[in-house]
Amino acid sequence: MLSRVANSIYWMARYLERADCVARFIDVNTHLMLDLSLDQYSAQWYPLIATSGDDEDFNKRYTQADERAVIKFMTFDEKNPNSILSSIFRARENARTVREVIPVEMWEKINELYHLTQGHSRKRSVADLQDYYKEVRQMGHLFTGLMHNTMSRDMGWQFAHLGQMLERADKTARLLDVKYFLLLPRADDVDSAYDAVQWGAVLKSVNALEMYRQQFHTINYKDVTQFLLFSKAFPRSVLFCLEDASAALDMLTYDRTVENKATAEMAILCKTIHSSDASHIISAGLHEFIDIFQANLNLVDEAIYDTYFKT
Amino acid sequence: MTLETYKTDGFYDELFADDGVAHPSARPLVEQIDTLSRPELKRRQKLAEDILYQSGNTFNVYGDKKGTEKILPFDIIPRMVSAADWAKLERGIAQRITALNLFIQDIYNDQKILKDKVIPSELIFSSACYLKPCEGLSPPKGVWTHISGTDFVRDGDGEFYVLEDNLRCPSGISYVLENRAVLKRILPAAFHTMKVRPVSDYGDHLYRTLKHIAPAGREDPNIIVLTPGIYNSAYFEHAYLAQQMGVPLAQGSDLVVEDDIVYMRTTEGLQRVDVIYRRIDDEFIDPEVFRKESLLGIPGIMRAYKTGNVALANAPGTGIADDKAIYAYVPRIIKYYLGEEAISNNVPTYICEDDSDRAYVLENLDKLVIKAVNLSGGYGMLIGPKSTKAEQREFAQLIQAKPREYIAQPTLSLSRAPTLIGGGIEGRHVDFRPYSLYGEEIFTLPGGLTRVAIKKGSLVVNSSQGGGSKDTWVLEDEYNAAEGN
Repeated sequence: MLSRVANSIYWMARYLERADCVARFIDVNTHLMLDLSLDQYSAQWYPLIATSGDDEDFNKRYTQADERAVIKFMTFDEKNPNSILSSIFRARENARTVREVIPVEMWEKINELYHLTQGHSRKRSVADLQDYYKEVRQMGHLFTGLMHNTMSRDMGWQFAHLGQMLERADKTARLLDVKYFLLLPRADDVDSAYDAVQWGAVLKSVNALEMYRQQFHTINYKDVTQFLLFSKAFPRSVLFCLEDASAALDMLTYDRTVENKATAEMAILCKTIHSSDASHIISAGLHEFIDIFQANLNLVDEAIYDTYFKT
Repeated sequence: MTLETYKTDGFYDELFADDGVAHPSARPLVEQIDTLSRPELKRRQKLAEDILYQSGNTFNVYGDKKGTEKILPFDIIPRMVSAADWAKLERGIAQRITALNLFIQDIYNDQKILKDKVIPSELIFSSACYLKPCEGLSPPKGVWTHISGTDFVRDGDGEFYVLEDNLRCPSGISYVLENRAVLKRILPAAFHTMKVRPVSDYGDHLYRTLKHIAPAGREDPNIIVLTPGIYNSAYFEHAYLAQQMGVPLAQGSDLVVEDDIVYMRTTEGLQRVDVIYRRIDDEFIDPEVFRKESLLGIPGIMRAYKTGNVALANAPGTGIADDKAIYAYVPRIIKYYLGEEAISNNVPTYICEDDSDRAYVLENLDKLVIKAVNLSGGYGMLIGPKSTKAEQREFAQLIQAKPREYIAQPTLSLSRAPTLIGGGIEGRHVDFRPYSLYGEEIFTLPGGLTRVAIKKGSLVVNSSQGGGSKDTWVLEDEYNAAEGN
């Protein structure tokens, strides 16, 4: 497969996953507003920015982190490279360059999502955009379904899957971090009913609530962390995504005798996760752990670029 | 909606023999359209546009900051070509392409046709399309033009005339395939009532044509399509063709030449490339040989080509047979190489380089169509009867300054075809471009691109000038009018 094409497939899948995940981030607040009867003034919006990694850009261009500003920044802001709009635009640009290797329905779905986004009214309240966010998440499911049901499991699929899984691992970790920034009314509210509702919103935004309850039954800090980071069974947990990404990399490693930078970095990252658990991470600081995890994830991404895409 | 009131206005019409009277072969289609109400036709037209829009064969509206994209206009009423007309077109095209390939081979090698003074040498050597680096070249299997798209128009007498041979990188085939796919969804009932020849196997034919020219000994050749990139206006088509054949779509930067062998950069290292269907013009393909500033090309690819390590479709240099002044000589070229009379008609052409022709042209600017020999897409053109005195004076100066650059032809009375305009159906002028492949033999896809001038009375069908397209139905056999009785 042409290196340029492999790179584009990888990023096409990553950007689509990113758009999907950003819609899910916003979903956390939608749930909170409904569950806790918060209005747009009492809801906390800055945590979404703080965890996105784009806080510097946001603070430079916006004066206030209210609903209007945060929604705009994360959804339709063309200058924010990680807004839903930018992600979909880039997913489509990448898809355009690989049309010949993806099923036509896949291209048409991405194209449809792009036109829906381009032509969408830029309403600013989260309530007005519910249908749109739902559409973005549905499109994510459709895209993944098409990928799994219509693409041969050759290199193209492996690169798409790799991109999707790494992006998802990154975003699930960040989502946990959102909770870190969400303030509780009182410091000793940890594991109170209020805390449980906030964690519930996090779980719902990744469709994890039912699966979580089957395993842990009640919502608490430690178990949610355990579930979203270490579940071997839940397909959006960080560990699950990394193992899938790892398997995809293995499939792409045609010559196993040569040391491959991408597989090596990936092994280091997996080892870090495997050798840890929720209690350990909580005592050392969840936020600090996620910071280190993300730095390692970037190293994997760079190694993949060097190994497969650089020409 | 009734077509009983349809007017041909004295033009030859592709579906109607006379006002309200369909050609016998077109009757089932016309009857089908008659059963549809006006709003229903409009609804289907809209649906067709939506499908094309979603497929992404769109272009950006220039200067639009919001990134608005548009499709080329499409008309849902198909154009038809009868089996008898098609049979003649097919023979005419095969004859032309055979002769033109012999001609190109001769021009870059022995130049017998020049020595025999059938074509004036200065016409060849003064052509911008004559490529000196191609002298002495003999492409694999003797074929220069693997892919071509001959432009035809039908005159008032009902006869088809060749307008251009398009032997370089003719585009538009993706519209032929897409338009058909759309029409199958929009007017399915019409397909049941008549035998329309399929076009969907074009990709198979193209793949076989390209495989045919792979270097000897390359059993399982790597075939690719080469595109200038996503900003090229025909990018959709390049991706589409790669997809139809299941081969990689590469850009210049994906390829590299080492020891006269072309490789592509893959995730598994360099991989040899054997056949390239290139959609990059000759002058940009190799900065070592042609334009040095070209960033689209691959340095060294001509060396690899001359060594026989890679095949290019089309071969570089074919433009010489595409020069509009050379066009005038095609009947003589056919006679010279094949000893046959031309089957397809040429439009009588005045070569401004010729003194007596030029004198005639300058006298009759208001009656003739003037064309620049090396431009296409409707650029550099004067349509005499529709021009102003000032435009005529401008062209008179252009012709006198650079006579080699211009030819003139009588204004043809282009045929028309019923077209959905607003809520009604009106006649609009059309042309026709069938696509041919020259591999083991010459194959012409039974279909083609019908371009339609949407503007009332307009004769310019080019998309760059607001033209649209129609699906083209080549019929399997003649509809027998008596059969139903």
